[in-house]
Amino acid sequence: MFEYCADPASLAGFKWLSCYLTTGKHMGLYWAVGTVLLLLAITAPAALLFGFGGAAAARSHFRPLSWFGKGYIAIVRGVPDIAFFLFFVIALDQGFEWIRHQIKCPDWDQPIRQGNDFIVCAAAKLPLSSSPQVYHEIYGFFLAVLTFALVFGAFAANVLYGAMRAVPHAQIETAEAYGMSHRQAFWRIMVPQMWVYALPGLSNLWMVLIKATPLLFLLGVEDIVYWARELGGMKTPQFTDYPHADWRVWYFLALLVFYLAFTHVSEIVLARISRRLSHGQATLAGEKQRKGPRGRGKAAA
Amino acid sequence: MKKLILTTAVLALTAGAAMADVVRMGTEGAYPPYNYIDDNGEVAGFERELGDELCARAGLTCEWVTNDWDSIIPNLVSGNYDTIIAGMSITDERDEVIDFTQDYYPPTASVYVAASEGVDLAGGVISAQTATIQAAYIAESGATLLEFATADETIAAVQNGEVDAVFADYDFLLPVVEASGGALMFVGDEVALGGGVGMGLRESDSELRDKFNAAIDSMKADGTLNALLAKWFGEESPGY
Repeated sequence: MFEYCADPASLAGFKWLSCYLTTGKHMGLYWAVGTVLLLLAITAPAALLFGFGGAAAARSHFRPLSWFGKGYIAIVRGVPDIAFFLFFVIALDQGFEWIRHQIKCPDWDQPIRQGNDFIVCAAAKLPLSSSPQVYHEIYGFFLAVLTFALVFGAFAANVLYGAMRAVPHAQIETAEAYGMSHRQAFWRIMVPQMWVYALPGLSNLWMVLIKATPLLFLLGVEDIVYWARELGGMKTPQFTDYPHADWRVWYFLALLVFYLAFTHVSEIVLARISRRLSHGQATLAGEKQRKGPRGRGKAAA
Repeated sequence: MKKLILTTAVLALTAGAAMADVVRMGTEGAYPPYNYIDDNGEVAGFERELGDELCARAGLTCEWVTNDWDSIIPNLVSGNYDTIIAGMSITDERDEVIDFTQDYYPPTASVYVAASEGVDLAGGVISAQTATIQAAYIAESGATLLEFATADETIAAVQNGEVDAVFADYDFLLPVVEASGGALMFVGDEVALGGGVGMGLRESDSELRDKFNAAIDSMKADGTLNALLAKWFGEESPGY
């Protein structure tokens, strides 16, 4: 990266480190940090959406929909994450390719399963084997987002389901007494009030989601833990300009700091959101806000 | 950004069919000198040079992808890439699931490396990489096998005293022993394992296998393969 990096063996101290930390390989690590953040940024709202859909379905008065919602929650919550990530993604990928195969190659006469091989026509490949590597990576990322959203969506659905039931029933009855329809009462009375009950559970989920990102590597996406292991492993002088001993402990220490800092910032933000959501609510925290610090003193007196 | 991803996903879903054949070469990227990730983050090593030359001779456009060793065969058969070129020895067990080209590296010697002389190789604790011929050998030898997902971790286990010795390919361990400055050493005898190193392909891909076999034949005939072996594994490495 820098001009003086042409011969790293002659460098020492800070200069060596500045060259070492800017190799193309380290850029892979920094890129992976971005990937992880992007995954979280997309997955969190997507999981919330799945969760909301699942919870709404589970509450539905229409029986099959309610069974579907409850089934989704029960099955995904019950299957270990790692099994889900290993099995489900390959199945999902093959499912997509199978559908495309049926559409694009109707006159294909060979079986799709030949022994251990899964073979669809070249036009049904996803992405096409001729498309550049970047498409393969985007597709892998897309599968990762979908899988994470499905898994965490089921947990979010359970949290939201509980939160919906926690909204005082009198509120709904009052809304209906005012002539609101079932749907109006749901969207205008229940949904705005449920978040304060859902937040503790959702914030837990968010923390777990942050820590679950290393599962990305199971899906073929090179995440920060993969790079930390790869970069930290012992390097012998034949194969690199920057030989070093086993430095994994330093890389994993950096990861520790990264994850701790990230979860700490999350906690601060979540505490702030919780304060805002409590505003005007008939909960203990909401009451405290209403009365203010002085009011509380009076009440005690 | 979400929109961008969505659009590209849709593009990928709808992109046209007839395009030049690209062969995706799957490797591990963590087993020097066979294959490793160089300072620029690219796949490098003996198999990178060999694979590029084979593709040139067979008239194929090749693209390199890395995959965990653990799941390298499942991802081949489900079609995520088209070949495995990752220092994989040809064995009967693997041959039941996938196909191999002829070998491009003769049957290899496997060796033990330990931190001190006189460790108990027959009854001690030996580390090896998961799902390798070395791991299978140790499991049958009577020693206690400790498996790791990457080859790098098997060496770290010796260095921090978790195991008595590591058992792996001689060519992989040689640079490690040289770089250790005497801290690590070869112990015990060499063991000949496997039927040589070849490229793995899906059993249904016999056309591609024939192309690579022909390319390997031509490299063996004109001596370029021997030159490549000498470059990466030293002059005394067994050639053809």
